[in-house]
Formats: sequence, structure tokens, C-alpha cells
Amino acid sequence: MKKHSVSMQAQKCRGCTACIKTCPTDAIRVRGRKATLLPDRCIDCGKCVRICPHNAIHPAGDPLEKMDQFRYKVALPEPALFGQFHNLDDPNIVIGALLKMGFDDVFEVAAAAELLSDLARRDLPSGRPLPRITSACPTVLRIIRMRFPRLIPHIEPVVLPMELAAELAREEAAKKTGLPPQEIGVFAIVPCPAKITTAHAPMAMEKPVIDGAFAINDVYLRLLGPMKEIAEAPPQLSRTGALGLTWGYCGGESAARLERNYVAVDGIDNVIRMLEEIEDGRLPDADFVELTACVQGCVGGCLNVENPYAAKMRLAHLAAKLPPKRNTLAFSPAARRKATFQQTLDYIPAFRLDTDRGAAMEKLFKIDQLAESLPGLDCSSCGAPSCRALAEDVVLGRASLDDCIFKVRERMRSVSEDPDSYLPAPFRRKNSTPPAEEEGESL
Amino acid sequence: MDPIRLKYNVDAGDLSRAGEASSKMKMSLRKLGIPPETIRRASICMYEGEINMVIHANGGTATVVVTMDEITIRLADSGPGIPDLEKAMSAGWTTAGDTARGLGFGAGMGLPNMKRYSDEMHIDTTVGVGTTVTMKIKVS
Repeated sequence: MKKHSVSMQAQKCRGCTACIKTCPTDAIRVRGRKATLLPDRCIDCGKCVRICPHNAIHPAGDPLEKMDQFRYKVALPEPALFGQFHNLDDPNIVIGALLKMGFDDVFEVAAAAELLSDLARRDLPSGRPLPRITSACPTVLRIIRMRFPRLIPHIEPVVLPMELAAELAREEAAKKTGLPPQEIGVFAIVPCPAKITTAHAPMAMEKPVIDGAFAINDVYLRLLGPMKEIAEAPPQLSRTGALGLTWGYCGGESAARLERNYVAVDGIDNVIRMLEEIEDGRLPDADFVELTACVQGCVGGCLNVENPYAAKMRLAHLAAKLPPKRNTLAFSPAARRKATFQQTLDYIPAFRLDTDRGAAMEKLFKIDQLAESLPGLDCSSCGAPSCRALAEDVVLGRASLDDCIFKVRERMRSVSEDPDSYLPAPFRRKNSTPPAEEEGESL
Repeated sequence: MDPIRLKYNVDAGDLSRAGEASSKMKMSLRKLGIPPETIRRASICMYEGEINMVIHANGGTATVVVTMDEITIRLADSGPGIPDLEKAMSAGWTTAGDTARGLGFGAGMGLPNMKRYSDEMHIDTTVGVGTTVTMKIKVS
């Protein structure tokens, strides 16, 4: 079972159904008045985090104290971080503040993104199926592995920019300090739960290459003070150009690759729809598909401070002052190896009802029958996102049919005068308050 | 063992919603653990069929029967029927109107694709009465 950075705080959760209704993979249930996660299905998209009205769902970044376990600490700030600050016109101010915060060095993820863009521009398609699909968003990778396994060969076999940055930063630091690599800590500063999860449990790397991931909103306040102090004369350490920095918003990666026939899609529901179309062969003219689970791309991650639209504007503003690119990939076998997948992605059959197809068929048959007998209102009072999901939970032994308030009412009908009293007000056949007119039927 | 039966209505005149039956069918096939390549073939057959029913036939119904080793998709409509089946089956032949073609549909590849991606295809059509297309896809 995979570990997720998203966790539900039982004491804050009121058992409302906001999160279960918004989850694109039906991965949440309310049980005993608390939301619980079906971990195999979670894709770390962060939609539940955003929608929870009680602030009960937290993506846990690593505690900042984790830095202290290492003698030499390198920060790997994601491009989105640079879009969080008003009137910022030099990335060096953020970098200087990271050093003041306790890091010994900074390696911008945007610099690694430029190297990956280089690779994409020069390594023309060689027999791989079109359209090629970005590998830069871990949530997108996970939904493809779960729901669109046929499209796995379309995924660019290149690591995440933060993973390449981690490898390069550790190497550089070891050279600079003479320390053994394990005494060097490299920490990504990330905008989303998916990157926290991936830092700890990488998909395409044999073992983690990042020592920890801090949430942008955990780091933000600690940067503001130091940024003011050094704003006049920041250290000149930034090494990213515009093309790397703009990977922070949807469309940036395509631009950096100089793609012409591409689509750039943001927001997980739009992404799923697009993948559905690609799977059915409905997008024959695209060479490249950039997909970001968050609205507007990484600047829309739920761990950012600033709203995605403003952050995108600021990134574009910042990028306009930078040279187009400052990093060039040495096309050596070693450089290529670092940039590409160490292992292939496999299919995660998280929706499969049973490993035995016969048993799966029997289960689906029962689920279909049961779903027919449910009211089809998808009211979620049972704690499942839809009537169908409840039917599935019942057949898989995760829930009881008595969780359905309408089913309970049917049974009560035989013993009670007013079966409506067992239903929440919106579902009663008669208004419980005196009707304004004679025709009091509300449904 | 009882086969699984799925049924979808394909509404007329709404190209933007064509594809919904294909999408829902895919979800069910995934739950059964049907291999991805088989799911892809079935979904292309279903999608092309949905489009055909929307463009030519005022909608219709799609029925899917899944057994242990075979997926049968049956698309039934009460549209105009196909007068010349041989012509209809040739790649590039189309009778789609300008509206559909303007949207990128009606390239004359619907039926040829359905034949290509299914293991067996049978068309039962009567002019003025309707068309039923039955496709079988073996589960690999």
C-alpha cells in the first residue's frame, strides 16, 4: 500500500460529504462520521484539501527540522515558489532568503527543467507513439497508471525536474564540500501533495533521491523577513532562464520544448476527459500533450499561498527579465541516464473488483443489481460518493445496505406511520413545515 | 456464469455528449480486470458507433454483453438505414452533412474503424427502418 501525504484530521472532520463528492477517483468514504481514505485509489490531486470547509484534510510536508539531520543542506525550490511574492523582480532575492533560512546552497528546479526541455527538443520522436504525454505531474502519471494503462507508452520517460535537480545538486555539493553524499540533504520546496508523496516514494526511480519535501506554505513566512533584508543586494546565485521558470504554469513546458502541435490542459477533471479522448484516438493531430492536475499548473497547487492566476502573472513578469535559457544539457550518456526513467511505469489496477475475472464478473453483476435497487440520487448520506459506489462497497464488504437511508425507510414503512420522518428534509415526500398552499407536495 | 449486461442510451443531436457510453463502458471493463488493449479496442468500436448514431440516426441504444471471453457490443437505431452497405464500409466514403464534417467528424472512417478494431462485425440494416450493428471483441 502506498503512503500518501494527504491525511484526514479526525478531530476537525465533521463528517460532511464535501470531499467524497469532489474526489475524481472515488477514494474517500465517510465512516463513523469521519472521512477516511481508500489509499490505493488516491492520486494526491489535492481537490479534497481545497474543498474541505473544516480544514480537516492536510497534506503533510516534512517538518523543517528534518534539515538538521544533515551537515550540508541544499534547497530545491520549484518554479511555483517564485510566483508567490508581490513585486518580486529578481529570483536571487528568494534564493538569498533560502540561504538565510538555513540552507547551505540552492539548486533551482527550473534549471533542471531547462535541461529536460533541451533533451525533449533534441531527442526527436523515435518510434514512440504520438502524442507524447508529459511526465512532469505525478498526479497525472498516477491517474494514467490507474485508469489509462494503454497510454503508459505515450509518457515521456524522463524524470521529474525536482528529481534531476536533486541528483545534480547532491553531486555538485559533494564535489564542493568533499562530504560523503549521505551527509548532504537535498530538500524540494513544493506546491502540491503529489510531489511530497513522490519525493518519498518515487515512481520512476529505483530509490528516493530527495531527502525531504517542504510545502511552499510552510516555508513562505520564513522567507518574507530575510527577503526584505537582502532585497538591496542579493547574492547572484540564480541560474535559471525564462524557459525553466515558466514550467511553473500550464503551457510553460510546451513552450520550453518549442512544441507547435500541442495541447496544454489544466485541472484534474479536464485532464481525465482529455486522456479519455486520447485513449479513444480522438486527438490524432497532437504531438505533445501537457497535462497538469492543478488549475493553471503548479502555481495552482494547494500548498501555494498566492492564487494561481496572480502567481502565473508574477512568474511571467519575472521570466521576462531573464535570458531565455541558461542551462544546456551535455548529451553525454551519463547526463542522459540521469534524466531518464530508471524503471518502467506499470499498470495499477486500483479499480479492479477481483484478480480473478470470473469472480470480478460475479461481483459486477451483483453491484449492477444492487445499484438498480438504490434511489439513484447520489445523496452521499451513506458516506459513499454515489449510489453505485455504495453498491460496490456493499458487494466488496466495505459497507452495509442499511447505510442507505432510503433502504432503511423502506423497512420502517412496515412498522411506522410516517416513514418520511426517517429521511432528511430535502428527501421527504411531504413538507414537514405546514405547506403554504394546499398542494404541499415538494417532490 | 451470468454475463454482465450494460445498457446506454445515445441521445440524438448532441455530438458533445457522444463518447459518454464509451467512457462508462470502459469503467466497467476496468472493474472486471479486462486487459487494457481489449478495453481500448472495445471503446473505439463503441465511440465510433455512438458518433454514427448521433450523426445519422437520431440516436439509439448501445447494449454491451460481457462474458468470460468475449465482449459483444450491439448498437441499435431506428434511423434511415444504409442503402449501400459495401460503399458504406469503404474507407473515406461519407454521407455526413456539413455540420458534422465541420466539427471534424464524418471522415468516412467510422464503420471501417469498427470493423478493424472488432473481431467480428455484423450489420443488419433496412432502409427506412433502422440499423443494428453487432460487434464482438475477444478478450485476450
